[in-house]
Amino acid sequence: MDCQLDIFFLEAILNGVLLAGLLALLALGLNLIFGVIDVVWICYAELVMVGMYGINHAYKAGAPFLLAALIGIALVALAGAVLHLLVISPVLDTPPINQLLVTGGVLFFLQAAATMVFGIDFRNIGIRLGSVGLLDMSFATARIVTFVVALAAMLALWLFLRRTYLGTAIRAIAQDRQIMPLMGVDSRRLYLVTSAIGGALAGLAAALMVLQYDIYPQIGLQFGPLIFMICVLGGLGNMIGGFIAAFIISQFIAVGSSCFHTEWGYAVAFLFFMLAIFIRPQGLLGGKG
Amino acid sequence: MLQLDAVDAGYGGFQALFGVSMRVNAGEAVAVIGANGAGKTTLLRAISGLIRPTAGAMVMEGQDLIRMPAHRIIETGIAHVPESRRLFARLTVRDNLRMGAYTASARAGFARQLDYVYTLFPRLKERQGQLAGTLSGGEQQMCAIARALMSRPKLVLLDEPSMGLAPVIVTQVFDLVRRIRSEGYTVLIVEQNVRQVLKVADRAYLLEVGRIKSSGPAADLAASDDIRKAYMGV
Repeated sequence: MDCQLDIFFLEAILNGVLLAGLLALLALGLNLIFGVIDVVWICYAELVMVGMYGINHAYKAGAPFLLAALIGIALVALAGAVLHLLVISPVLDTPPINQLLVTGGVLFFLQAAATMVFGIDFRNIGIRLGSVGLLDMSFATARIVTFVVALAAMLALWLFLRRTYLGTAIRAIAQDRQIMPLMGVDSRRLYLVTSAIGGALAGLAAALMVLQYDIYPQIGLQFGPLIFMICVLGGLGNMIGGFIAAFIISQFIAVGSSCFHTEWGYAVAFLFFMLAIFIRPQGLLGGKG
Repeated sequence: MLQLDAVDAGYGGFQALFGVSMRVNAGEAVAVIGANGAGKTTLLRAISGLIRPTAGAMVMEGQDLIRMPAHRIIETGIAHVPESRRLFARLTVRDNLRMGAYTASARAGFARQLDYVYTLFPRLKERQGQLAGTLSGGEQQMCAIARALMSRPKLVLLDEPSMGLAPVIVTQVFDLVRRIRSEGYTVLIVEQNVRQVLKVADRAYLLEVGRIKSSGPAADLAASDDIRKAYMGV
């Protein structure tokens, strides 16, 4: 262990903050779906993986990165809507365990399909954004871009939920789905729109992640458990709780990795998570909100 | 305005309404009275499409309600204030009212209609930024009625507006009902508080175990010995 309160410790903390932006974005999509539809998309990180492959292919096929990113976002938004139509809506009124099992099935299906189609090798989109120096510290530009874009996207979603009729209806249906027809709201359409938004958020996360991470079929295993931990810690379905939890967990990962080993960062984060859940089983901010 | 003919309805295998026929004319206040479990709430839920009648006909101003998706029924001019108010507790009063104006035609007139319901219920304007769940019972009923008025309905369905409220508030709620009547809305109200509702209504139907047992001018029902004994404790 070599943990000193020096400039590299500060660098670790700031890197943790940058990581939190991405994790908060990932948690937001999952929380939105759970908050509104009452279903946990276990396969959420696999949708991100699909988006990463899509963006990589579009980019390698000659599309400029921004266009490739938009294609990826549209692709995963569509995947979210299809997931809802084909997999979720048939089991919507059955016990929650069925919903976990079917989305779990989709998780393994997507992993297996990606392995068959793309093989197990690691791919990289090959865009290098370099790094930014500050004092003796150095930060990957991709991480800074990710942080800024993720925060902007979360702000945009927040405004959408606050200011528009559709956004208000999405918050309302999370509270009382039975009376929505009395307001003139078509619940099935609203679920579909929410699923597409959840997918689009996963697609946006994919566009940011290809700038930092290699693409491989099991990348969901690296991020999936982390996203769930953050959502549960914040209170499943509570978007603000998830945001706060992302910043807490990423500090454990970043500082833990800096002081010990990278793996220890995750171990410490999960250990903290277990303790927190013993103390507050409902999550930091309770349930939906 | 609204006409029901021999409507059967229920939940799953359980039938709650048997051949219910009734009508509501434009400008009237019609009450449906009856004991707990008589099918009053089921009747309103069938009209607004929350449950599907298994037989019979329902027509609102020439439009067939039976084959209409539930979320379209509001567009025929029917607004339903559900039992126990069912506000969105964690939305503000203003957002609840905005949900009432969700349909395309209501959105266009949102600002004007909001001013109108705020004039009608100034208390709601004071509380517009507050979460609906933090309102008092009477204010919640006010908000639920205002939410229904936001769709600019012709017919307002009121399901047990006095339920769960303190006696002094109950009087206020019936005053609210009189207010929306005098604003020109047609009202179909379902109540267990028979004595009070018969004072507000023009006509009434008595529902017993899913069947219409009698009907007539509200004053006649209020004077009937059977009804006084069974429902008004006299």
